[in-house]
Amino acid sequence: MIHSLFLINASGDIFLEKHWKSVVSRSVCDYFFEAQERASEAENVPPVIPTPHHYLLSVYRHKIFFVAVIQSEVPPLFVIEFLHRVVDTFQDYFGSTNVGDQLPTGQLSVVPWRRTGVKYTNNEAYFDVIEEIDAIIDKSGSTITAEIQGVIDACVKLTGMPDLTLSFMNPRLLDDVSFHPCVRFKRWESERILSFIPPDGNFRLLSYHVSAQNLVAIPVYIKHNISFRDSSSLGRFEITVGPKQTMGKTVEGVMVTSQMPKGVLNMTLTPSQGTHIFDPVTKLLSWDVGKINPQKLPSLKGSVSLQAGTSKPDENPTINLQFKIQQLAISGLKVNRLDMYGEKYKPFKGIKYMTKAGKFQVRT
Amino acid sequence: MAASPAYGEEKGGSSSLGEPEYGHDPASGGIFSSDYKRHDDLKEMLDSNKDSLKLEAMKRIVAMIARGKNASDLFPAVVKNVACKNIEVKKLVYVYLVRYAEEQQDLALLSISTFQRGLKDPNQLIRASALRVLSSIRVPIIVPIMMLAIKEAASDMSPYVRKTAAHAIPKLYSLDSDQKDQLIEVIEKLLADKTTLVAGSVVMAFEEVCPERIDLIHKNYRKLCNLLIDVEEWGQVVIINMLTRYARTQFLSPNQNESLLEESAEKAFYGSEEEDAKDAKAEVASLAKRKPYVMDPDHRLLLRNTKPLLQSRNAAVVMAVAQLYFHLAPKAEVGVIAKALVRLLRSHSEVQYVVLQNVATMSIKRRGMFEPYLKSFYIRSTDPTQIKILKLEVLTNLANETNISTILREFQTYIRSMDKDFVAATIQAIGRCATNIGKVRDTCLNGLVQLLSNRDELVVAESVVVIKKLLQMQPAQHSEIIKHMAKLTDNIQVPMARASILWLIGEYCEHVPKIAPDVLRKMAKSFTNEEDIVKLQVINLAAKLYLTNSKQSKLLTQYVLNLAKYDQNYDIRDRARFIRQLIVPTEKSGALNKYAKKLFLAQKPAPILESSFKDRDHFQLGSLSHLLNTKAVGYQELPDWPDEAPDPSVRNVEVPEWTKCTSREKRKEKVEKPFYSDSEGESGPTESADSEPESVSEESGSSSSSGSSSSSSDEEEEEEEEEEGSGELEEEEEEEGAKKAKKKKAPQGRKGHAETSSEEASASESSSSGSNSGSEAEAKRRKAPPSSRTGPKEISLLDLDDCDHPPPPQPVPSSSIVSTSLVTDLEGLTLTDTSLAPALLSPTFGAVRTYELLHRMAGEGLSVEYCFSRRPFPGDPHMVAVQIQISNNTDAEVKSLRVSEPKPLSGMRIQEFPEIERLAPGDTASVVMGIDFCDSTQAANFQLCTHTRHFYVSIQPPVGELMAPVFMSENEFKKEQGKLTGMSEITEKLTLPEKCRSDHAIVQQVTSAANVGRVPCGADNEYRFAAKTVTSGSLVLITLERREGTTAQLTVNSEKMVIGTMLVKDIVQALAQ
Repeated sequence: MIHSLFLINASGDIFLEKHWKSVVSRSVCDYFFEAQERASEAENVPPVIPTPHHYLLSVYRHKIFFVAVIQSEVPPLFVIEFLHRVVDTFQDYFGSTNVGDQLPTGQLSVVPWRRTGVKYTNNEAYFDVIEEIDAIIDKSGSTITAEIQGVIDACVKLTGMPDLTLSFMNPRLLDDVSFHPCVRFKRWESERILSFIPPDGNFRLLSYHVSAQNLVAIPVYIKHNISFRDSSSLGRFEITVGPKQTMGKTVEGVMVTSQMPKGVLNMTLTPSQGTHIFDPVTKLLSWDVGKINPQKLPSLKGSVSLQAGTSKPDENPTINLQFKIQQLAISGLKVNRLDMYGEKYKPFKGIKYMTKAGKFQVRT
Repeated sequence: MAASPAYGEEKGGSSSLGEPEYGHDPASGGIFSSDYKRHDDLKEMLDSNKDSLKLEAMKRIVAMIARGKNASDLFPAVVKNVACKNIEVKKLVYVYLVRYAEEQQDLALLSISTFQRGLKDPNQLIRASALRVLSSIRVPIIVPIMMLAIKEAASDMSPYVRKTAAHAIPKLYSLDSDQKDQLIEVIEKLLADKTTLVAGSVVMAFEEVCPERIDLIHKNYRKLCNLLIDVEEWGQVVIINMLTRYARTQFLSPNQNESLLEESAEKAFYGSEEEDAKDAKAEVASLAKRKPYVMDPDHRLLLRNTKPLLQSRNAAVVMAVAQLYFHLAPKAEVGVIAKALVRLLRSHSEVQYVVLQNVATMSIKRRGMFEPYLKSFYIRSTDPTQIKILKLEVLTNLANETNISTILREFQTYIRSMDKDFVAATIQAIGRCATNIGKVRDTCLNGLVQLLSNRDELVVAESVVVIKKLLQMQPAQHSEIIKHMAKLTDNIQVPMARASILWLIGEYCEHVPKIAPDVLRKMAKSFTNEEDIVKLQVINLAAKLYLTNSKQSKLLTQYVLNLAKYDQNYDIRDRARFIRQLIVPTEKSGALNKYAKKLFLAQKPAPILESSFKDRDHFQLGSLSHLLNTKAVGYQELPDWPDEAPDPSVRNVEVPEWTKCTSREKRKEKVEKPFYSDSEGESGPTESADSEPESVSEESGSSSSSGSSSSSSDEEEEEEEEEEGSGELEEEEEEEGAKKAKKKKAPQGRKGHAETSSEEASASESSSSGSNSGSEAEAKRRKAPPSSRTGPKEISLLDLDDCDHPPPPQPVPSSSIVSTSLVTDLEGLTLTDTSLAPALLSPTFGAVRTYELLHRMAGEGLSVEYCFSRRPFPGDPHMVAVQIQISNNTDAEVKSLRVSEPKPLSGMRIQEFPEIERLAPGDTASVVMGIDFCDSTQAANFQLCTHTRHFYVSIQPPVGELMAPVFMSENEFKKEQGKLTGMSEITEKLTLPEKCRSDHAIVQQVTSAANVGRVPCGADNEYRFAAKTVTSGSLVLITLERREGTTAQLTVNSEKMVIGTMLVKDIVQALAQ
């Protein structure tokens, strides 16, 4: 399958290599560099690059390219998914504090995803229900598409071999799900209950997708007035952010970013709250709004100076929005109960809900 | 840094975290020190007798290797440590060896004996790792040793070691392909392995070594299907891809009987109609020869068992299942994959990239599948360009008359994007929509013309190219646009666009007679400064004008041709010479000259703007070859469906075969050792989420070995049997299984079918051994007929008529008789009317369709058919009675025919028919079984067992059989109908074919499609029927109203919407025949 793996950093150095099936010279990466040059941007490097004798399959994460070299037919997703798992593992391993102390033991157990002999003095299980709203809002403020991408991330520190069941108040919401392999699929099929022996530590129990548009509440709106005039080299810029369907919760961590057209030289803006930056090189405007106070809506107003002598830009910028709402799963998903079998002690259990903006775009 | 620092310093420095990573390795240090000197310190450390120093040195060496530094000169120093007791040091030495053994073969041989010792180690982990390293050393001289080691490991008692053996096979094969035959033997043996741990790895080896030996799969097919859900993710991908190919060679196309019209309609979208007509004819002809299609139960098994994996978190698994469904499932079922694929679009951009390529291919063949998810392909400004372009491709493929306006509106937004490559692609996409959907052609064209005044030259250029293609379809109507474009030549600089404009003007110069010569004049002026493609088109334009309007353009043409004659590019010189000879008459220019006009101004077919993903599905989807659209090295073609299904019985697992298998038996003499836990005495199966171990830990109170998996509600029958029976719980240990075999009840020892379900999968190793040793005892038991079983006489009690009536079955449905006679009464007809009575009754006879449950071939001489007798099932009114007709076509007596192991979906119940003690050769028996389908058309799956064989069969009821007639008055009907409106009402218009316009024909068709009773009706253009679903007793009301002429309207009222919808479909189909 994978013959060799090369890790390439942002400055184009191959800083790590590993070989399995055979030792492929690192000069094979020249093909990759060529493709990288053609692509201009890192994210546009094709994930699959054919070369005369090999195929290069790569993923790009944390500003590092992970380039796998293969020699024959293999499902590309097999390699790509594997590389992402490798990155996840690196992240887990180097992210923790005790790097390099000990080599991974590769301990095997009866349950492949859980090591044996787990012991904790405080037994606890936390579940975070996190939902992200992906949406495209058009010029007039109506929703073009909206979806919820939800995950349940768990941090389980329980002694022994606990067997957990998690049930929901409204499992019918979950009609498009994918599971961690520990979840007993049949039980879910027949009873809509998540039954599993959890891995030790942090893991993603399930991800789900709610796409019926009428189920997706849009918690914020943006009022915008962005205009470039042909006659003058000045344009107007004004946006206001306000809460919409927030279920009575506060919207916080609001951040507005927008890629301005190339013709924009500078922006002179005044925010009613928060801080803003316009980078004249990348033409990226970002406004860190913070919390939305419904009584006093945050706004950002001012003028845009355009390159003199050129005509006004054809396009209006798209506004990208980030926000967070604590204690709320916007889909309405609610955990009913969490039970543990197989062990005698009483664990501490906790469930947290959160809604965030995913890819949330407003077209202007 | 010093070239050779003291150890202390070294150690001090390296005790910090992340040592293998440090930017500047002190050891690689000074510029002035030679390589040799540089590694002296490491060598000293390796030679020391402190493990900590050795470990430190090895860490640094491995770090060097990882950074691509050459550490080969350390080989002698490192290889000495291969026998080091410290496991950490050992592991790192292995890493080093695997990397450099190839380069230092002689020295590497020194280490071989260590591995050979390791292969005999009592610890399975050490055995496995010795084999792993041994097989990774690419030294040809050790091939025989590797072969021996692999063979030995393939019979190891630890599944973990056997898995490693499977991994070693492709490695050895790539080192020496002459070993193929011997390796195939090992593969064959490992394919028979019953553990989930080995399955994926051995199939991988199979794919690499002998993918053509599809025959090796037959006997393992069902096992692989059933194990699948419990195999690790990567193994699942490999197995699913292999089984896709397998299924294509063994089963018939599930779509062969599907409406061809639909297919050819889709084809006509792009292809020429003539071709399609031919295709269709050929297909119809071949269809006529075919028998009605019945899906092989093994085919169904594969589809059923892979479907849950669409919910995997692993994108590669989801893709594998999706391609399996795309290539193997009946059209109506392929839709399920769309949702899962769309879900993957949320993943990393590389995953999106691959998934979108596959969706693009699929969306051409099966547009309807992704249409509901149209909006998921909308483009965000933050998507990478390569993703944007793929989404655009999908959106274009999905465009049709109904959604085109939405899509075009969306495209309008895209045109204003800052990403110009994307804008260009959008313009191309608009062009494609315009060619494909005639309705919007003018709208698109106008939009594109507006883009001609865009400030961005690239946008204009791309529009010109696309407009050119569109205009070719109907040039006469668009001379204004051509004029407009002619003006653009003054400004637009992009060569491709200029060339396109010139070609257009030349081609349609008759539509713009005044402008054309003027354009030529301007181009003649700038000729020398043009790009080559533009020059060629100028020559073209000149030639065409010379032929149509030589008065105005003769001199210009000659001027252009003269310029071209001395051009630097030889293509242009050649072209000029060629054209001059062709158009300017001279003495030498023979006959061709006369035809010059015809040559140049012939009607040219409009270009077809088609997707680059068209027909890419001849590559297996999800493959590298599909993505690159060229055959990759080692790609296995996806075969076409066979015309005739090969013998399905090859997949039947022979019991005696593997009781005889000596090597397995030998292995069983040893105690199966665990492979996970380090304490070797303790044993347990691999826990997998969906396998319910047969040992019920909760009840036994010991949660140790079975992984404390709870016995969930879907634990089945077999378990109950265990409890009732010996009262002992079956353990995973083989030896115990063998001991207990005697105590087991007969059904426990299902021979050769231990692998039938995924629940049993992980435990199959043990239960199979149990059945092996238990088979003898069991056989004895079988001979004495159990007294409790119902004899043949009791069968006849259940089934009075049919016992006396040999085939064909004549299940005169009692209810239907009532309903038809009621019909007759109501119609004012009497049964004495001889001409009508049979006509009314026969349809109900004929309407009882017989379905095949087991084909004679598949059943090895046993053929089974079934039909829905439409009479109440005695004993349980919620069950549908299914009449089963079993014929013994073999020349031996078939004994103890019975149903075993029904695997009903949740809620479904099966009442088995009483066991048939014996069926003489040539005899036929008819029995009735009851199935509660829970008002759903899901198939009921079970096994049909004889004394030697087990057959997997399934019964899928037509929706019309899930109900029983009820009788009600017109008023009652109206009242009930009034309650079932809104969502519960489904209406469909239809046209009645000629032969289906008489009253009795309509009634007959409806009652044959569904088990319903007629309700009287005042109006003579209306027909009403009523029934109740068998399980829940929900009312189903049918109204058929004849309108003027041949049209009619069908209304079904039922709170069961699914049933209603399906029923409408079935009735419409019945009436259309």
